[in-house]
Amino acid sequence: MTIEEDPVSLADAPTRRLNMIEAINDALDIMLERDPNMVIIGEDVGYFGGVFRATAGLQKRHGRTRVFDTPISECGIIGVAVGMAAYGLRPVPEIQFADYIYPGLDQLVSEAARLRYRSAGEFTAPITVRSPFGGGIFGGQTHSQSPEALFTHVAGLKTVIPATPHDAKGLLIAAIEDNDPVIFFEPKRIYNGPFDGYYDQPARSWPSHPGSVVPEGYYAIPLGKARVVREGSALTVLAYGTMIHVAEAVLAGKGVDAEIIDLRTLVPIDIDTVEKSVEKTGRCLVIHEATRTSGFGAELAALVQERCFYHLEAPIERVTGFDTPYPHSLEWAYFPGPIRIGEAVDRLLGA
Amino acid sequence: MGGVSPAKGRTGGNLAPLRLHVPEPKYRPGDRVDYSGLVIPPAGAQPRPDETCPAGDTYPLCTDLVRVLGDDDLAAGPWDPRLDAGALRRMLRVMALTRAFDDRMYRAQRQGKTSFYMKSTGEEAVAVGAAFALADDDMVFPSYRQQGLLIARGYPLVEMVNQIYSNRADRLKGRQLPVMYSARDYGFFTISGNLTTQYPQAVGWAMASAIKGDTRIAAAFIGEGSTAEGDFHSGLTFAAVYNAPVVLNVVNNQWAISSFSGIAGAERTTFAARAIGYGIAGLRIDGNDPLAVFAAMRWAADRARANMGPTLIEHFTYRAEGHSTSDDPAAYRSAHEREEWPLGDPIMRLKRHLVAIGEWSEEQHATMDREVAGEVRAASKEAEKSGVLGHGMHHPFKTMFEDVFEELPWHLREQAEQAIHERQTRFPKWKE
Repeated sequence: MTIEEDPVSLADAPTRRLNMIEAINDALDIMLERDPNMVIIGEDVGYFGGVFRATAGLQKRHGRTRVFDTPISECGIIGVAVGMAAYGLRPVPEIQFADYIYPGLDQLVSEAARLRYRSAGEFTAPITVRSPFGGGIFGGQTHSQSPEALFTHVAGLKTVIPATPHDAKGLLIAAIEDNDPVIFFEPKRIYNGPFDGYYDQPARSWPSHPGSVVPEGYYAIPLGKARVVREGSALTVLAYGTMIHVAEAVLAGKGVDAEIIDLRTLVPIDIDTVEKSVEKTGRCLVIHEATRTSGFGAELAALVQERCFYHLEAPIERVTGFDTPYPHSLEWAYFPGPIRIGEAVDRLLGA
Repeated sequence: MGGVSPAKGRTGGNLAPLRLHVPEPKYRPGDRVDYSGLVIPPAGAQPRPDETCPAGDTYPLCTDLVRVLGDDDLAAGPWDPRLDAGALRRMLRVMALTRAFDDRMYRAQRQGKTSFYMKSTGEEAVAVGAAFALADDDMVFPSYRQQGLLIARGYPLVEMVNQIYSNRADRLKGRQLPVMYSARDYGFFTISGNLTTQYPQAVGWAMASAIKGDTRIAAAFIGEGSTAEGDFHSGLTFAAVYNAPVVLNVVNNQWAISSFSGIAGAERTTFAARAIGYGIAGLRIDGNDPLAVFAAMRWAADRARANMGPTLIEHFTYRAEGHSTSDDPAAYRSAHEREEWPLGDPIMRLKRHLVAIGEWSEEQHATMDREVAGEVRAASKEAEKSGVLGHGMHHPFKTMFEDVFEELPWHLREQAEQAIHERQTRFPKWKE
């Protein structure tokens, strides 16, 4: 595990060990302090501090007109955020679960994403939509989805997904500072600890993981830059969020010298890091938890095929969730776990 | 076939069969129209509560019709804004200019100078009356039929024509469908085209203004058909919850393309009455009466500025022409509707009022009509120097890829190179 130091430049800054919720809360707190135009809106985000506690204490510290509860209307939440942004504020709406984002889709796809283009820069939408996504918490079909591919398909939206508390803080700060709309999906299965895919093993907490070392104060991790989690030569893994930790565990367990790349930003993707790695290893495994058909893995496989074809020594492998809703009782049957990943690795290395 | 077989339901017994009601307008092409059943109360008869009244005091007005200009062409009652003759003449001129602009741009579309146009004929009082009542720096979130707002605020006509022609002088770089203007410096929000999205946006803008302790308010405009969108209800809910300083306008012009207002719920109640369920102020007004529009907008703007919250205003009017140049209203409604619309034409009504009070004449009106036509002609000629749609005088090719993001990411840079390559392949001598 290597924690990239470069955009941080806080080598001397004191650090704390935080879980992902604490890191996100810290980022929001710092940005509310730094930018008087930032506001946080969403269901239950105010006094209570959010159902996952990501905004705990922020209303008390920054005031009721800067962090406040909204009606249960994702269309309204995103819609008023667009209007606030047009005024000059920097809204950070929370959508309580990514599964609930769809009523706000028109406001994201047709409005926030297009404002700059259609007004030739007169109006912009510097909005960061935070939302917990992904399964593995017995959330059933309405609290487990991974809809990131829908947003990567939209011209004008950036999509960011952190995999560690360190990255969650730095990426969220960068997303908030970005002058374009950013969808910031938080893998809720790893809010409290790095989940390695072995669901029947005892859960781990963040403090034992190097990714939980979070510098105090302000730092931003630039969007569009991937993180090489682990250098290796046998194959390249392209993944993000929870699946980074699952891939690490599975490949370590198999003793494979894999290069694992945490994309961090899906759009714009860090194509240079992807190309460099695949050209080196000649083998590529794409992993995501989302459903398979037209998932972001399809885009990754196409990019690698278009740009690295003559370096490939095996067909690209794609490991994903199945094309079903996320089932409550059978969620581990859905989840792309160690067996699915392990067999894909075997095929890649056997080819 | 899947699903439940329709024939297997419970039949017989004493239960009457259920019937689906599909609303149908009274008149279709060729029908004679009879508006005698339409309740038009006398002008001046509607009470005017104080701007700071409890919202409930406005509820009788949600099913009434606030009118100022009566059948005698005189202003009457407590809603009379008592504008001086100079202001009335300016309002008349902007309405006439808006109509002249619409007429010329409609012809320009027919002549192939652009792809599309939308007139506001018959509804000029809504936008122009509103613009006169609002402060110039209040932010308006219009639909595509409030060009009168821009014209009233003095936006250069030539810029509007440039946008309609998507030419190389178009400030929106040829990216938007004609009439989808954006003019931040004139407090005019970029028009979408996806209906009603501007409602929660206007509310959010107004909330931001209140968060910042500003004094500016927002005003949004949609058609009656668009009240069916979820955004309408989100917007009203947020406006009510946060007491947002916003005026939410519904321009009830009776027709949403070919669907009459009954398809949006008008058979049951008025659109202004939607305010009652949200507990905010509501007004239903004669939208063809510029004085009533001005008075209602000023009332609602003053109310918002006094921190008394949002107002929903239904402007009862009539879409005198087709939805757009792509529409033929003769295919679905009676042409007699326009002729017999009981609230008349807004320009004619203000003209007759000015004549009735001795402040205007036929000669002055004819002169004004010539002058506004000349203004429009001059703007149109000036814009044509920068090109019309499809004649190659568009913005530089690379601008297509700009403003998707603040900075051009690698994938758009590659795609821009491809687009330029295709251009050069098709036109070997082409240079940007």
